[in-house]
Amino acid sequence: MAGKPKLHYFDARGRMEAIRWLLAAAGVEFEEKLIESSEDLDKLRYVLSSFLLSKDGSLVFQQVPMVEIDGMKLVQTRAILNYIATKYDLYGKDMKERALIDMYTEGVADLGEMIMLLPLCPPDQKNTKLTLIQERATNRYLPAFENVLKSHRQDYLVGNKLSKADIHLVELLYYVEELDPSLLANFPLLKGLKTRVSNLPAVKKFLQPGSQRKLPGGEKSLERARKIFKF
Amino acid sequence: MAGKPKLHYFNGRGRMECIRWLLAAAGVEFEEKFIEQPEDLDKLRNDGSLMFQQVPMVEIDGMKLVQTRAILNYIATKYNLYGKDMKERALIDMYSEGVEDLGEMIMHLPLCPPDQKDAKIAQIKERTTNRYFPAFEKVLKNHGQDYLVGNKLSKADIHLVELVYYVEEMDPSLLANFPLLKGLKARVSSLPAVKKFLQPGSQRKPPMDEKNLEEAKRIFRIK
Repeated sequence: MAGKPKLHYFDARGRMEAIRWLLAAAGVEFEEKLIESSEDLDKLRYVLSSFLLSKDGSLVFQQVPMVEIDGMKLVQTRAILNYIATKYDLYGKDMKERALIDMYTEGVADLGEMIMLLPLCPPDQKNTKLTLIQERATNRYLPAFENVLKSHRQDYLVGNKLSKADIHLVELLYYVEELDPSLLANFPLLKGLKTRVSNLPAVKKFLQPGSQRKLPGGEKSLERARKIFKF
Repeated sequence: MAGKPKLHYFNGRGRMECIRWLLAAAGVEFEEKFIEQPEDLDKLRNDGSLMFQQVPMVEIDGMKLVQTRAILNYIATKYNLYGKDMKERALIDMYSEGVEDLGEMIMHLPLCPPDQKDAKIAQIKERTTNRYFPAFEKVLKNHGQDYLVGNKLSKADIHLVELVYYVEEMDPSLLANFPLLKGLKARVSSLPAVKKFLQPGSQRKPPMDEKNLEEAKRIFRIK
């Protein structure tokens, strides 16, 4: 198992941030190869497709995120996250716990996707989209997770032990707070989880300035993404 | 482990069909409770049966699971369709997600505004021909084995073969240059449990037609 995982993405949160959070929370050091131009992306695609000619079975759909880990070049966010979680024991103790973790993770991803895509929304639709996010957070997602914590009164969502579900949810809570801090008002157990996970040494370190955590993308970051990914 | 899994959805493919395929391929009998009116969905929501107020929902082994991937992963693990170790699981996940990306585009096509439909179809065909099918054909070519991962049937094969059927429904010529994918499709389709599922009268759902689309819109209150 030579070397640190190497993350290929551009210098922004996007679809790679959840992976950065998970690795950081697992206390795993990682490297980043940042894609800075569309030429870099083309070069990466070329390297990846010529790599396909070898026999190791790695597959690419010409997309990033891509993570080099344990001799594999993995694409697809969920494949990467699931592998990391299994490797670092953040995926529960059996298949029933894994089912709960998957269910919670997918709920987080649904709301997270809406938030992530908001900057790409045409200006005339933005307010409607934002209102929908606020409504869904308040009436669907946050209550669902608050109720899980309420039902067992344990420190973590599943099996009384930190799992990827807690890390993904806490990351999401940070984004919800960035969007509108008042959204967290009526969810004391979620606030407790956020504090608890944030105080774990590895997470605390990741939350400090200078870490590999990426800041919210502003207009400039969006423009750069458009140029690189050509959309 | 009392009783058969019970699937809650409307009487159409949608997001439940891949779950039906996987259970069928695993040789698992299942029941279906069809949502036929918006009130049926309301009832499930008010019962607290749906964690995020959404279907698909599957009652299995004492759990009420929602979220398609959570359900699929559980079934795959239970019936040994998820590889032998974490590296195989990573490949299976990677391939499954690729299938899902293309499958999602095809699934949403009926909901596409008429003036955008042709462009969407063209994009699906382009992605199929230039991105997804070549990637899977290469996997099979690289190892020359009968199945995508670990020389053994996994969820990845089942999801991919299901997708190949949908691509074929759309445009059979898209399969032309992918002999190994055609071979996989034939091979998986011949497995007894899959063969049975492919026959008329099974729980497999037909393509969405106007009526089915109207029904879905009505139930899910989509305008």
